[in-house]
Formats: sequence, C-alpha cells, structure tokens
Amino acid sequence: MTLDPGYLEYPMRRKGMDHDLYSWSNIAERAPLALPGGAKVAVAPLVSLEWFPIVPGEAPFRAPGHMQTAYPDYRHYTAREYGTRVGFYRLLDAFAKVGAKATIAVNSAIAERYSTIIADILAAGHEIVAHATDMDATIDSTVPEDRERAMIVAARDTLAQAMGSAPKGWMSIARQQSWNTPRLLVEEGFGYCLDWVNDDLPYVQTTSAGPLVAVPYNHELSDRQVIVVQQHSAESYVEQMKDAHAWLSSEAAPRVLPLHLTPYVMGLPFRMGAFEGLLEWLAAQPGTVFATAGELAAALPGEDA
Amino acid sequence: MREGERDPGLYGFRPWRDRPAIEWPDGKKVAVWVSPNLEFYEIDPPKNPHRTSWPRVHPDVVGYGHRDYGNRVAHWRMAEVMSKHGFPGSVSLSVSMCQHMPEIVADADARGWEFFSHGIYNTRYSYGMDEAQERAIIEDSIRTVREATGQTIKGWLAPALTHTPRTLDLIAEYGLTYTCDLYHDDRPNPVEVKSGRLISMPYSLEVNDHYGFFVYNMSPREYADTLIRQYDRLAEEGGTVMCIPLHAYLIGQPHRIGPFEEVLRHIAADGRAWITRSGDIADHFLSTGGYEAAEADCARYAKEDRA
Repeated sequence: MTLDPGYLEYPMRRKGMDHDLYSWSNIAERAPLALPGGAKVAVAPLVSLEWFPIVPGEAPFRAPGHMQTAYPDYRHYTAREYGTRVGFYRLLDAFAKVGAKATIAVNSAIAERYSTIIADILAAGHEIVAHATDMDATIDSTVPEDRERAMIVAARDTLAQAMGSAPKGWMSIARQQSWNTPRLLVEEGFGYCLDWVNDDLPYVQTTSAGPLVAVPYNHELSDRQVIVVQQHSAESYVEQMKDAHAWLSSEAAPRVLPLHLTPYVMGLPFRMGAFEGLLEWLAAQPGTVFATAGELAAALPGEDA
Repeated sequence: MREGERDPGLYGFRPWRDRPAIEWPDGKKVAVWVSPNLEFYEIDPPKNPHRTSWPRVHPDVVGYGHRDYGNRVAHWRMAEVMSKHGFPGSVSLSVSMCQHMPEIVADADARGWEFFSHGIYNTRYSYGMDEAQERAIIEDSIRTVREATGQTIKGWLAPALTHTPRTLDLIAEYGLTYTCDLYHDDRPNPVEVKSGRLISMPYSLEVNDHYGFFVYNMSPREYADTLIRQYDRLAEEGGTVMCIPLHAYLIGQPHRIGPFEEVLRHIAADGRAWITRSGDIADHFLSTGGYEAAEADCARYAKEDRA
C-alpha cells in the first residue's frame, strides 16, 4: 500500500521545462511576429481532411471521429464522407468568397482515393500539410520508431506525388506524438509541425536532428472542441471567435487567431451560414489578415528556413 | 478524521438558517477571493497505483501542452485583468513552480498575492502516501514557498485534490489555518483535527473554471453570467465567502478572458464585496470569534450518541 520511495523524488525539478523539446518563454517578452502589412491579428484557418476506414485497424488509440458501432458502422463512415465530399467544398467556397488562404491537413489516403480534391485545393491556392496516412495512423510511445518513420515517409511521399512537391508541414492524428516524432519529422524533411497547443505564436523546438518550428493551433478554439465536445451552437462558436479576436487585437503585439475546422462538423447546412458570417466579419476587421501555417512559421523573428 | 468510518467526522452539522452573524470588514456582505492555480504538470511522472496522471495517451502531448499554455501565454492575461480591477490572488501553488518558472511566482508575489500549497506537482498524488511521505511534502511546501517569497503558507489545497485520511490533522499540526479541500458550506467552518485550529475555507468546484468549461460545458459568456449570479446571491445573503478558482490555461484563453473581465468589473463596482485573499479571511474569522461562534452553533445540533 505504501508508495515507492521514488515517488517523492523529482529528478526534473529545475528551471524551465521537465523535458528538452522546447524552452519556457513568456509571450510578453518575445520579439513581435512580422505579420504582412503590419497586421495586428493573423487569422489562420486549418481544415482537417481525414479518411476513416470502415474497418478500424490496430492503433494505439482510436482517433476522434472514428467508427463507434459494431461493424459495419454506416452512420459514422458516411457522415465522415459527407465532410469530405460536401462540407469541405462549402468551406473552400467560403474561403474563396473572402479571399482567405487556409492550411489543409490532408491524410495521404485522400490523395490516393480522391485526386480531384488535391487539385481543387491547389487550384484555390491553399497550403497542404501532411496529416498522416489515414485515421488509423495514430502515434504514441508504444509505436516502434521504424513503423512511425515508415508512416511519416508514406504520407510525405504520397502527398508529394499528388502535389508535385513535398509538404513542409505536419500535423499528427489528434495532435498526438511519440517521444520520437519531432526528430523523425526533421529527419524526413519537415520544417514545421502543428501538434502543440501550448502557445498562441509559433516558436522553435529543438531535436537532435535540428530545429522544428511549432505552429500552435489551439484545440480550445476548434469547432470539434466547441461544438462537438462542449456542445455549443454554431452561433455561440461565432460569438466566441469574435470575443477571441477582440481580445487578441487589443494585445500589444501581433497575435494569431487559429480556426481549426472539421468539414463534417462546420460544413453542415445549418451551421455553414454562421461560419460564413464569421469569415466575412473577420475579413472586414482592420489590421486583420489571413495566414497559413507556413506563413506563420516564416513570420517567426530570426527564423530561417 | 475518523479513518475507516462511514461518517469521517470532518466537521459538525449546522443548517443554513439561524447562523450567528459574520461581520466582514467595513460592513461588506461577501468576502470575495480569487484563486489562480499556478500549476506544473509533469510530462512523464511516476505512476501512482491509485490514479493515472495522463489516462488518455502517453505522452499526452495535447494535455501537457494545454496546461503549459497557462504558464507561457495565459498567466499574464489573467493576472493583468485581476490587477486592473483590484483583485489580488490567493495562489493555489504547485510549489515546484518556484524552481521551474520563478518568473511567474515572482510576478504573483510582486502583485501582492498570497501563496498556499497545492502540493509539489499536480501529477504527484497523495493517495497511498505514508505519514513520513506526507510530512515530507508539507515540509517541502512550507520551505519552498518561504525561500521563494518570504511567506509562510497558511492554507492547503491537496495536489490534484488527492488526500490521505491524515492530511487535515497533519496540516493543522504544522500550523496551517485553512483547508480548501472541503465543499460543504458557503461560510468558513471549524474542521475537526487532533491539534491546532483549522477552518474550511470555501473554495469552489461548482464555479471553478475547470468545472464551468469542462464539466458543465459552459460557453465563456455563460460562465461569466454564472459567476455574476453566484456573486449576487452570496452578497444578498451576507456573511458569505465567494471563491473564484481559476486556471490560466482555461480562463486565459482569448475567447474567455474578455467575458471574465466583465465579472471582475461587476463585482468591483457593486460595493458589497470585501475583495480580499483567503489568508485574510481566515485571519479575520479566527481573530473575531468566528471559529468559536461556529463551534457553539454546531453544538446546538450535535447528537449525544455521536462518536
């Protein structure tokens, strides 16, 4: 019953973090982000474009949104496909209407199965980042390094073939990593990663293979969190994003408002109008620009690559 | 407490009506204290057999990153709106923050905030600790806060709200005067301990930002409205304590901090609030006979056959 004596030992009790991936930093003491035209707020839309196999494979954990009933789970499989074939295109149209460029996090299975979607993303001028292979490709500390690397390489190469060049950004399924992920990403040619939610601004992480820029996309501001998990309406989501913009634009230095979107959530007919209204409102705000993850990574002061 | 018994005997019973009056300073009706939780969650803590620190996945990149947001971005938002409207903090402190992020502890100290212990880390639980181990974390807490701030802690909120049957007796023995771990009342009450005088300080789960957002799924504006209703009711009833427990990583999110500022504006403008710190409430209660009056009140309802 008594705890092991080691439970009261604190080997990582020291200044800063209890790991070596990044340093502690006070946002108020950093050099300002260089946003285009001296903007105060960059609105950064991020869309998850996911493919869910109807036969869930082995995975360290089940991805959010995955199959839930006994096989065959028609309702969740087809509802997810609705996001890909209908909802996503409503989002593309909404971005085009206000001249916004978004980051699309794409499972490479999308490129294999629906090459038209990749062409439509590129034609609209949006950025693609790699988002694993499919929604079974989750990662945690139990995934062997060689298997994780193979998945990263497969996603990168499949997307590169479809896009004509390799994606430079990465987002893990459910933003979840192993201890090896940051180093593997650098080794396989990625320059920035969207998994961490610990900041409002991009910052540099350190791996033994070299630096990796973290571009945070706050999950608390995502439609999945606000609408699906917390069960707020689309209208409340809009009110919250407007409150967030009001606060961020009042801060002394340039800030980022991330909008992480799920096509099968926001792309529904009864929600889409609220979201379009939000985009129009944001586009009309003075000192506000739209930005992609790659642009944010590049806006980091003192950062090359 | 009475270990192993069905009624642990933490405190005496007294119904809400017919309470002896509590007079807050300057005739104020409700003592309002704000409790920022300045916490450190370890990314890979050792296992406690009674509770898993990151149950979802290992390493929990999102869970850890979410909390770290509080210490690199959101603390400053929370602290600045509090100071702007005249609210000092009573910090529920993971005392290892004094080592990890001394800048944040120094900022809170410079603002005139009070510190009490919330354990060493919020990922090291009390469950299963023997007496020597539990004494070690109490002594560590007292020493660490004193070295970092010069303050001697008077209060306790157990790490991740985990306890042993002897926690309250031990903190009282070490001279602490209040615990934030009991939720049975909207006023301070005597706690039954072997030695010393310990009171229960109303903290709150129900209007804690963690409960507001993640248990009740409130929107930021609903949470703000809820706090205002909580305040208005407690001010109307009088002799009460209202705590606003906060976590920077939650309340300091950009969509929440603006509505929350309106709560502080409302309370500050209202005129019925004694805007203060938990230790000051405890000192006032203990020095003005509140403890004895409450004990006598409990005695009115005590059953002779109890214990």
